[in-house]
Amino acid sequence: MVTLWRATLSALIGVMFLAAAGTPPVFAVQPDEVLSDASLEKRARSLSAGLRCLVCQNQSIDDSDAPLAKDLRVLVRERLVAGDSDQQVIDYVVARYGDFVLLKPPMNTHTLLLWIAPFLALAGAVVVILRGMRAQPPTTIATAAPLSAREEEELDRLIKSSRGPDTSSR
Amino acid sequence: MVVEIGHFALILALVVATAQMIVPMWGAQVRDARLMAVGDSAAVVQFALLIISFLALMHAFVTSDFSVLNVADNSHSEKPLIYRIAGVWGNHEGSMLLWVLILGLFGAAVALYGRHLPATLRANVLGVQASIAVAFLLFMLFTSNPFERVDPAPFEGRGLNPILQDPALAFHPPFLYAGYVGFSMAFSFAVAALIEGRIDAAWARWVRPWTLAAWMCLTLGIAMGSWWAYYELGWGGWWFWDPVENASFMPWLAGTALLHSALVMEKRDALKVWTILLAILTFSLSLMGTFLVRSGVLTSVHAFAVDPDRGIVILTIMMFFTGGGLALFAWRAGALRQGGLFAPISREGSLVLNNVLLSVACATVLVGTLYPLALEGITGEKISVGPPFFNMTFIPLMLPLLFAMPFGPLLAWKRGDARAVAQRLAFAGGLAVLVTIGVAALSGPGPWLAPLCAALGLFVLFGAITDLLSRARLGDVGRAEFLRRIISLPRSAYGTALAHAGIGIMVMGIVGTSAYQTEKIVALKPGERAEVAGYDLLFKGITPTKGPNYSEQIAEFEVTRNGSPVTTLLPSKRLYNAPPQPTTEAGIYPAWTGDLYVALGDEQPSGGVALRLYFHPFVRFIWIGAVIMFIGGMISLTDRRLRVGAPQRARSRPAAVPAE
Repeated sequence: MVTLWRATLSALIGVMFLAAAGTPPVFAVQPDEVLSDASLEKRARSLSAGLRCLVCQNQSIDDSDAPLAKDLRVLVRERLVAGDSDQQVIDYVVARYGDFVLLKPPMNTHTLLLWIAPFLALAGAVVVILRGMRAQPPTTIATAAPLSAREEEELDRLIKSSRGPDTSSR
Repeated sequence: MVVEIGHFALILALVVATAQMIVPMWGAQVRDARLMAVGDSAAVVQFALLIISFLALMHAFVTSDFSVLNVADNSHSEKPLIYRIAGVWGNHEGSMLLWVLILGLFGAAVALYGRHLPATLRANVLGVQASIAVAFLLFMLFTSNPFERVDPAPFEGRGLNPILQDPALAFHPPFLYAGYVGFSMAFSFAVAALIEGRIDAAWARWVRPWTLAAWMCLTLGIAMGSWWAYYELGWGGWWFWDPVENASFMPWLAGTALLHSALVMEKRDALKVWTILLAILTFSLSLMGTFLVRSGVLTSVHAFAVDPDRGIVILTIMMFFTGGGLALFAWRAGALRQGGLFAPISREGSLVLNNVLLSVACATVLVGTLYPLALEGITGEKISVGPPFFNMTFIPLMLPLLFAMPFGPLLAWKRGDARAVAQRLAFAGGLAVLVTIGVAALSGPGPWLAPLCAALGLFVLFGAITDLLSRARLGDVGRAEFLRRIISLPRSAYGTALAHAGIGIMVMGIVGTSAYQTEKIVALKPGERAEVAGYDLLFKGITPTKGPNYSEQIAEFEVTRNGSPVTTLLPSKRLYNAPPQPTTEAGIYPAWTGDLYVALGDEQPSGGVALRLYFHPFVRFIWIGAVIMFIGGMISLTDRRLRVGAPQRARSRPAAVPAE
């Protein structure tokens, strides 16, 4: 709430530009970075979207204006041009910058809890509901005595007589 | 002088809030009506004092009184009036003042419009509300005083971050805060109910309008922020799963769940304990949002509005209210009696499903947001949890929710007939699938998930319409009778349908822009052309101009489609004078099928200027959907049964179980 939910981003941009003192904004993906091979470029873009700009607050290198992000984008493209597979490129980058660079954290002992958290939460909710249902004596719904023929008749009569004026009967 | 009056009013507000915290609650304990009545006048006086204080600060900003430290740090005399006003809450101290002002507003509203509340409940609610105010007023006066003077006063202020000088962003914080702080009402009512150990369906009826109002404001606030990011940040992104965004999204998810569980509680006297817990958690998440953003714990690399001491104080406040609320809950929840039995397939059952999925989604976002902090704190290892994680976990939870959404309002309370409802929805579902197949065939390749999500969005939209039509008994009654019925449907029914339809529309916007956007990165020289999504853009050149407090480079593009002129786009780059920062202003042409979006980059060494051209299909639906949700809430609020202070509905029609 520095009011603003992108304030962290703006702050960082601010810090960057104070350092760069009035130079015009650097652009995320520059025209001269784009590879001529469209399928390689597409892979480069999707890889970039999953790699974190290390000096930014939660931005991918694909979105970031930072010079370091540009270096990484160029690096990813160089590896692709050299013939690396997507996984090889990621391994290459992780080997240099660590898991921090991955926006999708790897599954390991330290992140296991993170990845299974949604399932734990869901399982917890199911347990709570099942317990709640058991606590509810089902008898009241299930085994209420069926209506006798006379009660049915009385019910029909009541329903018929009340149908007219009722507008929102559901 | 005005500044001192504001400062003094703030201190007085603390004194009054302290009285409001103690006296009425004590009065409720000893059943003394006079002591309880103190709460009402105190709440109104406290609010009046906060208004004085707020206006004093605003006066300092508008007149550029740089002898006030806060003004000198965050304003500039050249700024246009609207941003001098918005600058009041464009900084830490001022935003905290806005926070307590809105808190005071809600307290005063309870005092003025809550006459029908039982006296003890009102006294306790006002007492709890005041305790929050005391905590935040103490925090402000001791660590973040907006009225601190500076001597000697600087000749000129340091200016507001230019990226914040924007109309949508100027009014984004007040809505966001109204949402955050509005949930304090649900919290205060929950704690008051726990203190009294008594809670009934009437409680839910009193809480719902406040929660709804808060939820509406939060919805609009988040949407404004997203809209701003879309056109200001220069690449058309509208949601980033940024921790700061998540901080506002978690209360929204919990608040949405709360709205629905309070409904079950009001209509059916069930889910009481859960609703109370949710009320406490929703406000706790709001406080946590405040803590996360204010403390700077989210990142250590920047120093923007970051102060660890303040963070610790807010953390303490958060722990006190969250922990206190939960402890009280653990202690007293057993005293609350459960009621209202229902079968799994029923309106209640569908609302439970809604609550499960929203809570699990909220928990997922919470874990994803805090996990890196916790892991770094415990092991020192740094990881990133970014959009891929959230998309992978959040979307699968939302798909069943979207699918179930049209069923909920059509199911009967207590025990529903799933097959009958499915029959009524068959038309909506079939239509959604047909339209989706048509669109998918026309739009070309995209992710396999996209048509499924689009179909779900359409299903939600058509389902909302089906709900209204079947409530009015379309097909069962004659045309005149149908028209009479559809006009006289309760407003809350329209509210529900609109809010759900808004979600459906938003989903379509999200799918359209995420799966089918086209992007082109080019360098153009004046006179050259580029083509994107059937639009032909002719770059005519760049003209430098001057704004009130910035210089600007405006590029001109003539846009044509199949040879016929469409529009002229003027994307620009600005350089602000104080502080000297550049911003980009995208050029956007909104059409029904999507936005043509042009962002201006740098001069290229090879000559020409870098450009990013986008076509974002249906992106506007995202914010249109949010506005429709807001309107739905508004209409629902005007419903007699929900209106704040309205007496219970006349007893003459006991047979009509209000549907929503």
